[in-house]
Amino acid sequence: MSENIVSVNNLSVSFDYQENFLSKKQKIKAVNNINIKIKKGSFFGLVGESGSGKTTLGRAILGANKISTGNVIFHDDERDFDLTTINSKEMKEYRKKAQLIFQDPYAALSPRMTVRDIIAEPLEVMKITNSREETDARVRDIAAKCRLNLEHLRRFPHAFSGGQRQRISIARALVSNPKFIVADESVAALDVSIQADILNLLKQLQHELNLTYLFISHDLSVVAHVCDIVAVMYLGHIVEMAPSRELFSNPKHPYTKALLSSIPSIDPENKSKAIELEGEIPSAMNPPSGCVFRTRCPHASPDGKEGNIEMRLEEVEPDHWVDRCGVSCG
Amino acid sequence: MTHLLEINNLDVKFDTDEGRITAIDNVSLTLDQGKVLGIVGESGSGKSVTAKSIMQLNPGNTIYNDNAEIIIDDEDVLKFTSKNDLKKIRGGKVSMIFQEPMASFAPAIKIGSQMVEQLMIHKPMDKKEAKNISIDMLNRVGIADAEKRFNQYAFELSGGMRQRAMIAMALSTMPKLLLADEPTTALDVTIQAQVINLMKDIIKEYNMGVIFITHDLGVIAQVADDVAVMYLGSVVEQGPVNEILKNPMHPYTKGLINALPDINNLDAPLTPIPGNIPSPLDRPSGCVFRTRCPHASKEGKEENIEMGLVEVKPGHWLDKCGVDCGKI
Repeated sequence: MSENIVSVNNLSVSFDYQENFLSKKQKIKAVNNINIKIKKGSFFGLVGESGSGKTTLGRAILGANKISTGNVIFHDDERDFDLTTINSKEMKEYRKKAQLIFQDPYAALSPRMTVRDIIAEPLEVMKITNSREETDARVRDIAAKCRLNLEHLRRFPHAFSGGQRQRISIARALVSNPKFIVADESVAALDVSIQADILNLLKQLQHELNLTYLFISHDLSVVAHVCDIVAVMYLGHIVEMAPSRELFSNPKHPYTKALLSSIPSIDPENKSKAIELEGEIPSAMNPPSGCVFRTRCPHASPDGKEGNIEMRLEEVEPDHWVDRCGVSCG
Repeated sequence: MTHLLEINNLDVKFDTDEGRITAIDNVSLTLDQGKVLGIVGESGSGKSVTAKSIMQLNPGNTIYNDNAEIIIDDEDVLKFTSKNDLKKIRGGKVSMIFQEPMASFAPAIKIGSQMVEQLMIHKPMDKKEAKNISIDMLNRVGIADAEKRFNQYAFELSGGMRQRAMIAMALSTMPKLLLADEPTTALDVTIQAQVINLMKDIIKEYNMGVIFITHDLGVIAQVADDVAVMYLGSVVEQGPVNEILKNPMHPYTKGLINALPDINNLDAPLTPIPGNIPSPLDRPSGCVFRTRCPHASKEGKEENIEMGLVEVKPGHWLDKCGVDCGKI
């Protein structure tokens, strides 16, 4: 039995793009040669700015995006699911094991269904339960675990605030008893006072239900608090990956350093200036050759020799992986 | 000394199908030239409504109270009767930067034309002069290739670039007062850092007054001189930013700070503020925070308290109910 729940090997995902019907078809590489192993029971964080490919990677692991090269393997207790060769029958089985919590709790819930129906829908679609009583019992059970009032089950989503809605989304994701959850920016739309509540709930459920999370976020301080291990993505590549304490106390890649220094400090006297990165993240349609970060890197050499470097993670300290170019450039 | 902006006893109510909603309750604020006043609060706290009241941008179902005053440069905005009066304020003396830069530019008109148009409305100048000033301003906010960008549409610019263009447009008329409503919220952190540094430089250079609205206490700590913390339409605590963030006294301010994940202290537990923000339709009577306050009394005597700020230390204002509720 493997200690990992998900292994991603040399994964690339590209999309076809055509500017207009006369122009040539292009391929956009959204995710490029990614290798990660997600340990069972871990809270795996994925951070990066918009356009870095974190959502695409999460969706590829769930089988919602086509895999171009490489593979994704999900290790269940009895068997493995290979997402590259999975057929539709296996996919149905896989959906029970791996679920997604969305970002916007206002868009994710149908306004015309009661909370009970929303949470029960996966059970009915996946034909997990056999009778209405059984379904109701499962719904009540998971709703209580997500700290929803049983009163609430009869109401419609519009009656709830953002935090409560997010708890409904979580209950729906967990009702099929999955083992692996992708939480894609699941607290980004919430107010800070509510955000802490949802993060605590996710943590608590992780222990109660033996869950493994892939937690996608742009907010480094949130990731630092909840995740055990963090991977930093930039333009489709992972540039650094380490246990979260190690990563936040000892960042090695210039991009990670810049990200960390960009978080505005709540201490007004701490005016330490952010390492200002020049410009913006380049378009994925036309990524820089070699080290993708070189166009914004403060250490890039004037002769542009980073253009010929092949990106690859190296283990600089136990479990601390940094992109090759980032190891030497500091 | 007269203040650049003085808001006195402002109440704002909206008439809706479900009844009359109180959006702002008895808010008084002052702002001097060259200062940045931060307004923090969660969704529904009335931060944006306050800013929109200054520009008179609230919708038609808005009701202001009779004794409210919003005084800019000795003129009361709420007493204006004609659109021409408002023109002096909107885009002239006061400019506003919104959260979503894509929504603030007209999509089918070139950025440059929009900049020139608003400049010519407010300043007596010809098209050529307006164009030169606009391009200068685009250069000033760090947009490379300003001349090319001047002739582009909003969709051709990236998010950070659009927000820079928005700032350039807002500042080109040399306003005395800038209202920035969540100007960095839609941006990535590295871009946010760029925009904050840019705004700080420009505020200093032009010596204007700024109201900076955000839900992010970190951003407030870095840009503001003073801060007002709002909850459900009321200011619950107010004072110099250093004092308020280091020595918060109101349970809501404390709660907000404790709920924030601190990257320098990963062992600290995340403490949410219990409960949910009440709907504005059933705004609690008395102290608005009492339904979520950890110090609220069992018999609910906060229901009858009238809210109002008192000065607990020089410059540090705190809502009456918050003064002793920590001690009971």
